Amino acid sequence: MASKSTRNNMEAQNRPGNGYVGRPLKRREDFRFITGRATYVDDIKLPNMLHGAVLRSPRAHARIRSIDTTEALKLPGVIRVFTFRDLGVLAVPVPIRMYHLPGLEAHLQPLLAHEKVRYVGEPVALAVAKSRYLAEDALDAIEVEYEDLPAVIDVYEALKDQVLLREETRTNRAAAHEISIGDVDRAFQEAEYTRSEEFRVHRFTGNPMETRGLVAAFDRGKGELTVWGVTKLPHLNRQTIANFLKMREHKLHFIENDVGGGFGIRGELYPEDFLIPFAAVNLGQPVKWIEDRREHLMAANHSRENRCRLELAARKDGTILGLRATIYGDMGAYVRTHGGLVPCSTAALLTGPYRIPNYRAKIHLVVTNKTGLGTFRAPGRYESCFYRERMLDLMAQDLDIDPVELRFKNLIRPEEMPYEVGVTRPGSGPTIFDSGDYPSALRRGLAEFEYDKLRLLQGRLVDGRYHGTGIACFVKNTGGLEPYEGARIVIGDRNDVAVYLSISVLGQGHETAMAQICADALGVPIEWITVFHGNTDITPFGWGTFASRGTVMCGSAVHLAAQKLKQKLLKAGAERLDTDPSSLDLNDGKIFRLNTEAPPVELSEIVSQVRHSGNFNEGFPELAETAYFHSSQMTYSYGVHLAHVAVDAETGMMEVLKYLVVEDIGRAINPLMIHGQTVGSAVQGIGGTMLEELIYDDNGQLLTGTLMDYLLPTSRDVPDIGSVILEEKPSPLNPLGVKGAGEGGIVGTGAALANALSHALADYAVQVKTLPLTPERIRAWIRDGSASKKT
Amino acid sequence: MSRKQTIKLTVNGRAFERLVEVRMTLADFIRQELDLTGTHLGCEHGVCGACTVLFNGEAVRSCLILAVQADGASLHTVESLADGDELHPLQRAFQDHHALQCGFCTPGFLMTARAFLKDKPLPTREEVREAISGNLCRCTGYQPIIDAILQAAQDLRGLKEHAK
Amino acid sequence: MKPASFDYFAPTTLDETLELLHEYGDEAKILAGGQSLMPLMNLRLARPKIIVDINRLSGFDQIASTADGGLVIGALTRLRAVEKSALVREQNPLLAAAMPLIGHFQIRNRGTVGGSLAHADPAAELPALAVLLGCEFSLARTGGARVVTAADFFLGYMATAIEPGELLTEIRFPTWRPGAAWAMDEIARRKGDFALVGVALNAELDGTANLRDVAIVMFGVGGKPHRIESADSILKGRRVEPAVLRALGQAVAEEVEPDSDIHASAEYRKEVGGVLARRALESALARSKNGVKH
Repeated sequence: MASKSTRNNMEAQNRPGNGYVGRPLKRREDFRFITGRATYVDDIKLPNMLHGAVLRSPRAHARIRSIDTTEALKLPGVIRVFTFRDLGVLAVPVPIRMYHLPGLEAHLQPLLAHEKVRYVGEPVALAVAKSRYLAEDALDAIEVEYEDLPAVIDVYEALKDQVLLREETRTNRAAAHEISIGDVDRAFQEAEYTRSEEFRVHRFTGNPMETRGLVAAFDRGKGELTVWGVTKLPHLNRQTIANFLKMREHKLHFIENDVGGGFGIRGELYPEDFLIPFAAVNLGQPVKWIEDRREHLMAANHSRENRCRLELAARKDGTILGLRATIYGDMGAYVRTHGGLVPCSTAALLTGPYRIPNYRAKIHLVVTNKTGLGTFRAPGRYESCFYRERMLDLMAQDLDIDPVELRFKNLIRPEEMPYEVGVTRPGSGPTIFDSGDYPSALRRGLAEFEYDKLRLLQGRLVDGRYHGTGIACFVKNTGGLEPYEGARIVIGDRNDVAVYLSISVLGQGHETAMAQICADALGVPIEWITVFHGNTDITPFGWGTFASRGTVMCGSAVHLAAQKLKQKLLKAGAERLDTDPSSLDLNDGKIFRLNTEAPPVELSEIVSQVRHSGNFNEGFPELAETAYFHSSQMTYSYGVHLAHVAVDAETGMMEVLKYLVVEDIGRAINPLMIHGQTVGSAVQGIGGTMLEELIYDDNGQLLTGTLMDYLLPTSRDVPDIGSVILEEKPSPLNPLGVKGAGEGGIVGTGAALANALSHALADYAVQVKTLPLTPERIRAWIRDGSASKKT
Repeated sequence: MSRKQTIKLTVNGRAFERLVEVRMTLADFIRQELDLTGTHLGCEHGVCGACTVLFNGEAVRSCLILAVQADGASLHTVESLADGDELHPLQRAFQDHHALQCGFCTPGFLMTARAFLKDKPLPTREEVREAISGNLCRCTGYQPIIDAILQAAQDLRGLKEHAK
Repeated sequence: MKPASFDYFAPTTLDETLELLHEYGDEAKILAGGQSLMPLMNLRLARPKIIVDINRLSGFDQIASTADGGLVIGALTRLRAVEKSALVREQNPLLAAAMPLIGHFQIRNRGTVGGSLAHADPAAELPALAVLLGCEFSLARTGGARVVTAADFFLGYMATAIEPGELLTEIRFPTWRPGAAWAMDEIARRKGDFALVGVALNAELDGTANLRDVAIVMFGVGGKPHRIESADSILKGRRVEPAVLRALGQAVAEEVEPDSDIHASAEYRKEVGGVLARRALESALARSKNGVKH
């Protein structure tokens, strides 16, 4: 087994001429970010630009009796106030783009509220003024008369259907879906051991440091609209907005500039994505809208909240026979662009990297008077990993089997690859794990973490704190989801190569990674390459950057395009040098005649000739290639999380002493950046598990309305994170062998920490079944456990 | 009694005089009036630190200061770090250690680090960790930022000794 | 999140300031460090019509020793200056120890002692210290001045004895008793956050390790810092032993009446308050036994 791996305290290397892929190169895009010269959407200033502010509902559930904008319009500098009425025939709801389960379409969000508001934060009006200060003054002056209705904020309450979000649907259960693999009822009948538990994951979300924002400018002369700040799926977004505005797609220019993180939250279509272009078209002046943090917490997608009743069936020797799950997804008041994705993704990989031949999941999607749900880094997978890995530890304890041995026993083995799980996603082909050596990753994690030493501390009281170590194995789908991505590469005659990506960039470093891929496949120095992205005018049609698919899909497209272009260049070179392409090679930007002493020819010479004469290359002066990489199949990264915690039982304060993520991503284009993704996502996961929660009161008021109450992890809340990248099992599904990185580091955090905590507090019979792990909750569990603690 | 006032201040070594609304925050003044958009707004309520600038040499949250309060002050923003295209050791170290991904929080961290290292030129890892705990990052997980600041501390010390 | 409109004054003398406060009464808000007020204004939770910016006053940012070895600190002294002050470290180790717990250094660069005390967040460290140490607050108004003791200064949730028209000018810290055992600790969701519950205490031992005098103040347990009344009866004259410590913890838990919020329940604050008090006393004694001053 030729395994390569790199631990995260590496040194960056720059060895010219030796291949770029696999090297931890420093990022080329950093210059503008470290000098403050990046252009985020709020940095864009256009002449005569106006500023928008959205009036958001302060009520969770109410009828709108009237909206009076008269006073607002009297204020100096206030230009217009738009309400639902102003949309007229253009009023469409925000569409669902995927996971269209029947029933969900009844719960689409209108662009501006009319008749009713259904969550705190719902857009009611858009004020446009000469400055954001004045626009907010306008919001203060808009008078809305609400007639309060009772609010439902809990899934089980909502399912009673006493308070309906939409009367015409007669139920708050918007949709349901069932997946079934094997014969689960039989598995339970035959089982020697079963256990049933109710789990819950809380509501939290990504909170990128940059909130959402848009600048829209309409050229009245040409009838063309330019929008900055769109990201993640710019082509798709453009298409939707073009339809909405009844404009031709090519008259819209969507430009992604620099983006301050996304994590799945940014780039989906929200009402503002329609309203701001609408306002710009209407007013004939550019309109900027920058969301503030308070808005972001109540208006940008929430995520994760769901409950799961999980039942496990097994033999006494620990062999898992089946899983039965009922999942309730709290969708919020409106179903957003992701449709049923979040709860469905919870079910999709609930069986994880284990051999579980019988599996049934019933998924209920329920609407409540809260902000809508969307994707957040590893949506559904963080949740399902928590449910499953907790269940495994419970089972291990019941059957008196070591939790590590239990996992080895059930992990799918490399000789079983590719392993077909079955159909676990609606409207999709079967889930097939393409490649992997799951036991190897677990072994590596245990060794790196010195698990054998740490397990001696399980549940022990040391210096006043209880210690525990928890593990969580995971598998994560990457790539795929949408069928393809593209890249176009153009070479100029001054040693300049332009790579145009169909995907967008939200901070992941694609400008460097794609350059590495291109340089290797094309045979030019990386310094020649500039990577462009996120501009619907210059990049080929594409789908987007999500599900860790950027490198898998677009990187493969870059690779293919570069290979094709290299062939083209060799052909042109052969024509020029009057020889056969097979006797030439292109490397380091020069064309070499193989097996001769002849000096190489500078590529620029060839390109220049082709360009200026039009005699070569079949008369095409431009030396360029476009390629698309298609894949309907996902490729699966996998690995393990390990956490060592210490808990002060008297205060409920838990400290994470040590944390490690081991992930096999097939092939690392740039290990420096992969480690960056892993460490960053692990910290997000630890923070999300211990600190973050979006909390509503019984009236549907969002109590965590600012960062003073929604607690994001700081440098002192997390330890240094260990990260091991494995490249043991490259993906057979793409030419690079890559699997996506970016989400693996978060998938197992809830599970590993909950397992660690449960081990630490074994004396108090604490078995974690709900998140988050806050001091308050931990103390309450200890208190409950103390009542039955043996002294 | 006025809603507008003239302020005179120095920013990155240059003198400015502007008429501003009294309610305009210093962060907005820097970004909108002076077109120095390197300083970012992440929360506008003093938690995230993305708006950190040096106010008379001290690291402050510019979203919590009114522009009029900066009359007579000397400010430094992230744009003051590089010397033309020559990067400051902090900036170089951030790049070397991959201490940024989306870059949005980065100017705030750089200015916080700048102030901190002036105060404490040879910090321990724990001291760096504490010093940056008032700045939020969602991408990097902080580790590489701490590595970068420690590296910069070494580099700055080396430069200082070299200059002697 | 931009503030609503207001009229702005930046007086340069105390008299000017007091006149403005007198004229505008409770329509005026004092802007000092801004670390508490500006977030509220940006959120439009506070919409003062008048802002009186007192940062241009001079002479109110000094830290000085008093004749009897106490400290007098000007209300406009930045928290960071207190943190770095050698004089404070020497003359009031408890005050020095509390400073790094307050927010982050960027906040301490602007936040002022007066501002923190006047804001009177019940989960803040300085108000608790002021009550524990028995500080005196000097308040000025046009045509007069008065002194209010800490016990009378904090009235309830973010409410103090400062009347409209008054300005807090300086705070007097009594003499620190040399050899006093002290401790300060808190539980917060994250370091630098306001405390869920906290304790500040000082105590004196007579030669034989019996407690002679002990004062314990809890914070985060209701509208204002809470001095534990029963501390004396449980601890005075007693030798510090496990049973005594347990009794203290229990007494604290029973005595305080905290509120519940999204971060912690009242029950949690009571329980953990008791634990913190007990541990604080232990660590205070350990510190004093080891002769560690600060």
